Amino acid sequence: MTTDAFIRLDGVRKFYRSRGQEFLAVSDVSLEIEEGELVSLVGPSGCGKTTVLKILAGLHPHDGGTVTIGGGSTPFDATRDIGMVFQQSLLLKWRRIIDNVLLPAEILGLPMRPARDRARDLLAMVGLAGFEESYPYELSGGMQQRAAIARSLVHDPKLILMDEPFGALDALTREKMNLELLRIWSESRKTIIFVTHGIQEAVFLASTCAVLTAGPARMADHFEIDLPYPRTLSMKTSEKFGEYTRRIYALLGME
Amino acid sequence: MEKFANWLRRYSLAIFIHVLVIALWQFWVVLGDVPSYVAPTPVDTAMAIFSNYDWTRNTLVTAAEIFGGYFLAVIFGVGLALIFSWSRILSSTFMPLIVSANMIPKVALGPIIIVWFSYGLWPNIMIAFSICFLPILLTTERGLSEVEPDLLDLVRSLKGSRWQIFTKIQLPGSLPYIFSGMKVAVVLAVAGAIVGEFIASEEGLGYLMLQVQVTLDTAASFLAVFLITLVGVALYAIVLILERLFVVGDRRLEGSY
Ligand SMILES: Nc1ncnc2c1ncn2[C@@H]1O[C@H](COP(=O)(O)OP(=O)(O)OP(=O)(O)O)[C@@H](O)[C@H]1O
Ligand SMILES: [Mg+2]
Repeated sequence: MTTDAFIRLDGVRKFYRSRGQEFLAVSDVSLEIEEGELVSLVGPSGCGKTTVLKILAGLHPHDGGTVTIGGGSTPFDATRDIGMVFQQSLLLKWRRIIDNVLLPAEILGLPMRPARDRARDLLAMVGLAGFEESYPYELSGGMQQRAAIARSLVHDPKLILMDEPFGALDALTREKMNLELLRIWSESRKTIIFVTHGIQEAVFLASTCAVLTAGPARMADHFEIDLPYPRTLSMKTSEKFGEYTRRIYALLGME
Repeated sequence: MEKFANWLRRYSLAIFIHVLVIALWQFWVVLGDVPSYVAPTPVDTAMAIFSNYDWTRNTLVTAAEIFGGYFLAVIFGVGLALIFSWSRILSSTFMPLIVSANMIPKVALGPIIIVWFSYGLWPNIMIAFSICFLPILLTTERGLSEVEPDLLDLVRSLKGSRWQIFTKIQLPGSLPYIFSGMKVAVVLAVAGAIVGEFIASEEGLGYLMLQVQVTLDTAASFLAVFLITLVGVALYAIVLILERLFVVGDRRLEGSY
């Protein structure tokens, strides 16, 4: 085990307490993530993926094990180094797109002028140049999700947590967004943790794939996806790609 | 240009339907030979403005009661909802009381209100207020609690403060709710003020209606009703305009009333 991994989860455990009852949501998750990786997190519904993300985001305390972010050479500021994207874009419908993207900068109290320039650049990067002054309802679902990604990047965080960000999109838009995400990732060089139900998506995007067991979550396995970047859709039909997806299906007990 | 055409299309329809109803009413009375103490024609009704009932003063009195009670209701309804959204304890202490107090039939309280406040503007303002305040409180409360949990997580992951959540997300998000409560409240404020005048008043359009009913001056009675309606519609229009100004980015509002 290297000690200078960017993120280290070691034996993480989490109980939810409701109505006097304890419910074990995550039993034992250990994982190391290097800076700049794109890690996909796969597992059956309800196994605790969102819970793991929330622990990483500092939204929930964990009840056992250790969570270290920013080991070694990379300092990490828990307040401003996290960006989040959810299944729903959660754009504020009374704000123009640019002002939606600026929300994290406002909350952190960053200087607004440079933030605004950065928001413009980010909107251009996610392919929304020209929509700065639009309202969310004027954008399609995929475009709203791009805006949400721009919002997660505006304060220049080191870690982006994505919880099924494309889960509400149709299959075609989803494939496009996958390619977009890979481009955004290669341009921004962020560490991304990407929760998904799509096995194909998980393999296609990730440099490392982590598979959780049915809840309460344990780490079933994690492995590098040894396919070169930039990835192309044709890789999905390759032998290696098929091996990876079969491996995940097997881990999930579906083969 | 296109905007103007839209505007024209929308409002010409609204005006047309009103004129049509008035015209039908005129025809019905004239052709049906309806006696004027049963239903006067729109023209007779309009002519009643020349009878010496001091329409201006009575209309102003009623308008003051409606607007006054309504204004208080907005201030207290929204204000209490804000306080309740900040304090669970205050909310669970006082909400039940407010709800049961609102079940008291305000009309039945009329005689007591006269004893307490005597005649005049204030008792009627209080009745209008008490009738229209609850829907504003309830819708505002609902609007403030309507926040996506994931959005809260997003703000919390950035260590955003409660105040930031309130000003940037809760409050703007609750505006559509507040306005729908305010629209319902307009109707209730009008009803409240008139009921008040029926019970305890020496002026105002409601009081006037009681006076003219004795002499069977139905035209004046109709004019009073018309003026009351006009005051209500004016208040509603103000609320509608404020809604257009404050609730942005909501396509569902386009062309709604
Ligand atoms: N706030 C909470 N209080 C109590 N139990 C919770 C809470 N949040 C989640 N749980 C429970 O913890 C378990 C894991 O939930 P979690 O949302 O992390 O699953 P998930 O892997 O993200 O599922 P999905 O893929 O369906 O989104 C579930 O059984 C859920 O019912
Ligand atoms: Mg989840």
